[in-house]
Amino acid sequence: MDLWNWIEYGAWGLSAAFGLHMAIDWLKTDSSYSEDVLTSSREGELEAMAEEHAEKHGMKS
Amino acid sequence: MTQVDITSTTMDGMGPHGTKVGLLRVLGPAHVWALGVGIVLVGEYMGWNFAVGKGGAYAALIACWFAGILYSCVAMIDSEVTSTVASAGGQYTQAKHIIGPLMAFNVGLYLVFAYTMLEAANAITAGYLFSVVASMTGHADALDQRPFIILVIMFLAWLNYRGVLATLTFNLVITAIAFIAIIVLFVSTTGLVGSGIMEHAALFEGHELPYGWIGVLAAMHFGLWYYLGIEGTTQAAEEVRSPARALPFGTLAGIMTLLIAATLTWYVCSGVLPWEFLGDGVNGSVAPLFDTARLSGSIALVWLLGFGTLFATLASANGCINDASRAWFAMGRDKYLPGWFGAVHPKYRTPYRAIVFLVPIALIFALGAPLDQVITFSILSGLLGYTFMPLNIILFRRKWPLETIKRGYEHPFHPIPALTLLTLCAVTFFAVFLGYGTQLVAMIGFYIVVSLWFHFWRYRFVNRGAQFTMPWPKPRGY
Repeated sequence: MDLWNWIEYGAWGLSAAFGLHMAIDWLKTDSSYSEDVLTSSREGELEAMAEEHAEKHGMKS
Repeated sequence: MTQVDITSTTMDGMGPHGTKVGLLRVLGPAHVWALGVGIVLVGEYMGWNFAVGKGGAYAALIACWFAGILYSCVAMIDSEVTSTVASAGGQYTQAKHIIGPLMAFNVGLYLVFAYTMLEAANAITAGYLFSVVASMTGHADALDQRPFIILVIMFLAWLNYRGVLATLTFNLVITAIAFIAIIVLFVSTTGLVGSGIMEHAALFEGHELPYGWIGVLAAMHFGLWYYLGIEGTTQAAEEVRSPARALPFGTLAGIMTLLIAATLTWYVCSGVLPWEFLGDGVNGSVAPLFDTARLSGSIALVWLLGFGTLFATLASANGCINDASRAWFAMGRDKYLPGWFGAVHPKYRTPYRAIVFLVPIALIFALGAPLDQVITFSILSGLLGYTFMPLNIILFRRKWPLETIKRGYEHPFHPIPALTLLTLCAVTFFAVFLGYGTQLVAMIGFYIVVSLWFHFWRYRFVNRGAQFTMPWPKPRGY
């Protein structure tokens, strides 16, 4: 086995580490915050106003 | 209507009316430049030279400049619209506000496919580069490229997941190095410093236009490669501190950088490498700038251009992950796709679900599809996007004339850039049809099928209010 074989194993290992870190953090985040908070991002004003209006008047959007 | 100062530090990342977690506004014009140029510069390092194979060196230069006109129009049009529509999603969001939901859905898919395919192509290229380095340093067996392809995608996805500022600062550094490497190669090989090695007259003699003017037309397909992706700057719109200033500034500085880089690249490579070798990007010159450096006889240039090639590849893949995830996120947020994708990470403030979801798709294409097919799918999706842009700006100016909305940038000579872009798109479609007619027809068929699916099924879930979120006056004629 030469250096490049070890580098290959290193690349596999690092890939798994990065993937695992994202997966664990993703699960932790999804279980720590409500879906309402995570998906609360809004592009602009009118849409959000429409939502507020719908909530106030008990309408489903 | 509520007045919202999007540059306010106390409202950083917080939108109006209940946005609890939003994307972070931390980027400046340099990051926008790095995003646009970073995606594209790999096209200077490899890929553009297929244009030489289609029609000779002069054809590649003509294609370089005509494609340069096409992309200057793209940059100007994009700068005007996106300085007004400062939201994630770029052209998807523009289409949603200016044309309508079906166009927006299609444009969103063009973006995601173009960037994800380009990301896969870059990862394949990075794997190949590692195998070249391995063989140059004495590795006897063929290197297994898969772990390196996967590592590139996983590392860059992880970087994107952790935050946009670090991601695009990384892109700024490696893109700047890759661009400077081209300048250094030009200065070192053309006689500006030391003795030059250019042999244009000898190499071109008798091969001016080997396939005539049809070769020039065919070269247009790969002429796009010099600039493909500069329109990606618009995806940063929701994360720049000052959209009206940073987006036009970064995008226009980006296209100027690319026009210089493309012309210098053509000049140094065509002055050293014979056109038959230069034009064969598979069995001949895979990385022409690197090959030119090798022929210069300078070890320092070989190292510099070697790192330049790798950095350009990584910068491109990195920018593609950034852009594809923003487009996917924006479509999720508006329920054009399941709303689940519209989530923002509460700590890193990135569209983390969109980033992670696109990783396996990029891996499937990077590990399972041939490079030329992946690149062609990316180019065709991009080209459909460019065809949308002139229609978009014409409708934008018609519905909201200059006096009705204040733009961060107003592009000059309207509608000449739009009509020029439309004409050049038509020419390029014909050029693509000459080489990849089956793929072109198959892909248009695919978009027709998904459009029908959207119209008859998905549209019922779409948040229709998302089309009217901009504080614009009523469009003229409505």
